[in-house]
Amino acid sequence: MLTVVTFLPLAGGLLLLFVDEELKETIRRGAMAVAVFTFLVSLDLLAGFQSSPGEYHVYQFEEMRHWMSSPPISYHLGLDGLSLWLVLLTTFLTPFCVLCSWHGVDRRVKEFHVLLLALESAMIGVFVALDLFLFFLFFEAMLIPMFFLIGIWGHERRIYAAVKFVLYTMAGSILMLVAIVALYSQTGSFDFPVILQKLVSGRTTLTMPTERLLFLAFFAAFAIKVPLFPLHTWLPDAHVEAPTAGSVILAGVLLKIGTYGILRFCLPLFPRASVEYAPYIAGLAIIGIIYGALVAMVQPDYKKLVAYSSVSHLGFVVLGIFSLNAVAIQGAIYQMLNHGISTGGLFLAAGMLYDRRHTHVITEFGGLATPMPVFASLFLFVCLSSAGLPMLNGFIGEFLILNGAYLTNPWWATLAATGVILSAVYLLWSYQRLIYGPVTVEKNRELPDASGRERFSLAAICVMALVMGVASPLFTARTEATVTRILQSEMTRNTRYEAVQRPTGAAVPVSVPLVAAGAEGGKAGRP
Amino acid sequence: MQAGANLTGMEDVLRLSPILMACGFGILIMLVDPFVPRARRSLTANLGVVGALASLACVFVSAQHMGRSYSGLPYTSLIQVDDLSIFMFFAVFSFAFLAMLGSLDYLEREGLQHGEYYALVLFATAGMAVMACAQELVTAFVGLEVSSISSYILAGYRRNAPKSNESALKYFLLGSFATAFFLYGAALIFGGAGSTQLEAIREIILHPNPLRQKESDLLVLGSALVLVGLSFKVATAPFQFWTPDVYEGAPTPVTGLFASGPKAAAFAILVRVFYSAFGSYRDTWFWAIWASAALTMFMGNLAALVQTNVKRMLAYSSIAHAGYILVAFAANSQLGIAAVLFYILAYALVKLGAFTLLGHLGDTGERRVEIQDLAGLGRTHPFAALCMSLYLLSLMGLPITAGFLGKLYILKAALDAQNIYLTSLAIMLAVNSVISAYYYLRVVRVMYFSEPAADWSPAPVPYPVAAVLLFTALPTVYLGLFPDAVRVMVLRSASTLR
Repeated sequence: MLTVVTFLPLAGGLLLLFVDEELKETIRRGAMAVAVFTFLVSLDLLAGFQSSPGEYHVYQFEEMRHWMSSPPISYHLGLDGLSLWLVLLTTFLTPFCVLCSWHGVDRRVKEFHVLLLALESAMIGVFVALDLFLFFLFFEAMLIPMFFLIGIWGHERRIYAAVKFVLYTMAGSILMLVAIVALYSQTGSFDFPVILQKLVSGRTTLTMPTERLLFLAFFAAFAIKVPLFPLHTWLPDAHVEAPTAGSVILAGVLLKIGTYGILRFCLPLFPRASVEYAPYIAGLAIIGIIYGALVAMVQPDYKKLVAYSSVSHLGFVVLGIFSLNAVAIQGAIYQMLNHGISTGGLFLAAGMLYDRRHTHVITEFGGLATPMPVFASLFLFVCLSSAGLPMLNGFIGEFLILNGAYLTNPWWATLAATGVILSAVYLLWSYQRLIYGPVTVEKNRELPDASGRERFSLAAICVMALVMGVASPLFTARTEATVTRILQSEMTRNTRYEAVQRPTGAAVPVSVPLVAAGAEGGKAGRP
Repeated sequence: MQAGANLTGMEDVLRLSPILMACGFGILIMLVDPFVPRARRSLTANLGVVGALASLACVFVSAQHMGRSYSGLPYTSLIQVDDLSIFMFFAVFSFAFLAMLGSLDYLEREGLQHGEYYALVLFATAGMAVMACAQELVTAFVGLEVSSISSYILAGYRRNAPKSNESALKYFLLGSFATAFFLYGAALIFGGAGSTQLEAIREIILHPNPLRQKESDLLVLGSALVLVGLSFKVATAPFQFWTPDVYEGAPTPVTGLFASGPKAAAFAILVRVFYSAFGSYRDTWFWAIWASAALTMFMGNLAALVQTNVKRMLAYSSIAHAGYILVAFAANSQLGIAAVLFYILAYALVKLGAFTLLGHLGDTGERRVEIQDLAGLGRTHPFAALCMSLYLLSLMGLPITAGFLGKLYILKAALDAQNIYLTSLAIMLAVNSVISAYYYLRVVRVMYFSEPAADWSPAPVPYPVAAVLLFTALPTVYLGLFPDAVRVMVLRSASTLR
């Protein structure tokens, strides 16, 4: 089942290769059909997913096949609460990527859609892979389609941005490869559940320096992907230069792979190191939140504004993760989904403006409410969801994160909360400059309002934002087991570590916040 | 030593049939060539390709005939056809076959279609095969010389081009210097061990005579000189300076051959001498190899960053890759040797394909070998551009290519040793991969993101070249996805050493 969902887009893409290059409309429809069909199939995962699996069924829809014998690598897929929603987010957003490229992409249409679908496959693969080797394979495989998507269909400085994107990502990922292999030398396996089992049961123990190094290697790869301040500099370039679909995918899914990796691998595999580094990382995250928001505020280019807002929003996610308690991690996961929906929507809107005027510069617009009333109202909805208005999705995530962060350290929450205010400032201010006021540029008077296709895309995003805003237990119920498990594996190992340390008198009170959070987690996990 | 009575002459002939077949075809071509009219020179060319194929088929005969152990020591233990030899035979003869296939149209275009070219390739390959299975230093030297001398001529084969002459002369002068080092080293080792046979040397080192301290000094000095000679052949720092000029000047298909066969063979003899015979000296050489590996990686990659000529860029990248292989070699373990062998195969396939393609795209007189000349290849020649990208991605070490798994095995060998110095080499390798990504991507970028030149577009890819592209691209992907068969082969080769 997971194999089907993972490779369905790729297979569809390969089929598209046989369609004649000139039949652009057919290709677009074909790609759309593949993307929608994949989404429908992936809904079946949701239907079959059990919120409270038994002790031994941590991963659902598990698939395991022998692949290579030396070193032993298996084709191991599985789904848990965390990956379930991210897979759905991916399959949900891809049809909109096809839709928003309907008119924007008119050159080399076939290659574009094939690459887009291949990218979707790789992204789903990243989320469902349970073998570290397989994970890395998908992780790197994403680079190639993205490189071409930015490099061929991007804007003026596309080549610079594409190369920068690949080099940054590779720099991190190759270190992660070294760490994966090192982890293999220590544990004798590439299989994530097996490695985790060995570490949790204490059959393999990592020395503290080793654990620190491995943690940093994994974390560097993911922090670049997130991107955590100060590793974010590739992001504005990549976003601004990418075509709309590229930006949507990049913001919607690719950035989540960073935070997903931290949650999936860094925390459970290296609990001591993550506790040790948590304050520093949280510090960087808070800097990212405020810095990203401030820089976003003064951007003259709308796409760049949204890009920096991603730095700020993802800072929240990282802060939530490293608050290391159930509430905050629930919030982080939720915020990952929110950001995918809201920022995806913002980029869609930016793309619609670009399709009309071929610019992203805010001062080129103004007073768009007059020629484009429908667009204006849908756009407002998306902006508000991104800004975290109560009843909409962003609010829930930010609230949970701040709540959880407060439990760990009140200062973190206090500082991060300024980010919420700032996000309202830059989003609403930019909205005002784009939409309200008099029409400043004459050309804009004639702009057509959102077409049916565009209305549908934005409306779907808005509906999703509303659903996630009011029916959050629907989502959090399915992630709860996963969150508890992540924290449990942290806690058991840290307690054991302490038990070993205590007689020597060198006790490190590392897991105090964890214990407190564990007690809290049961009650507050479900908002 | 074990040359028992059961090893009859016929057995030996079958065992060495690939080498004999290659030499036989080489001589046949030389004899036939004068009688073939100029207009029908492609006849001898085809004979060369058939010769390579026949030798390749003989590898299977040789492997089959040896049974499971391949442990016979014919010719009174000068040569041993074991798993490693069979693997190397298979590799070098495949490379020769691909190189010749890629040369057919190139030579026709350049007006250089002569029979002796193919004879020389066959002789060179026979020499490499001898190197790969030599059990004795002088035999290894003979193989080295046979392959080198043929290579010198091949490097200067475009005799009207100054660059090609430069290439040949440089290769010849520096190459002879290096072989002299090797020979002098062999002589010193003979002085120290009383034998040039690897097994005997190994015995002497393991059980030294305590009364004769000088012996081991001679052995250390001798092995140092041998290491220098072989480092030159595999082009690792600080003995790599000849590579860019020689690679750039030589006819492009020949460059493909240089980058694959001789390197593989030289690594084979390096493994035999330093892993097998001088295995107990590992601590003596560890730092030399460590430093050489680190230096080679960085020098190769940093220099490649600023190249505009694709041939030169790939030459520097070859140097860097030799450095990667040295990382696995430095690990000095079975896994390390297996990683060396796998990586050589993965790397050589890709280089052969890339150089063959460049040989075609370079146009008459190799005028168009700058990176800019590849502009828009993705539009004009989608298949060629796809193959080229695949090669570059494999060199970069991205997944589902053989290069990625090769790198993974090297990293694994280095990290399994649980040695901080090897770990640091592994990290350096990782850093270098990122550096290298920049210049590989530059080529991909030009092929796909730039518009094709308005005034000129390369001719369509001829069938033999397309065949080479397929024969190199498909195994690259196949090895990247299903490496098990080859992995078992290299692991077995590594385990039968010692």
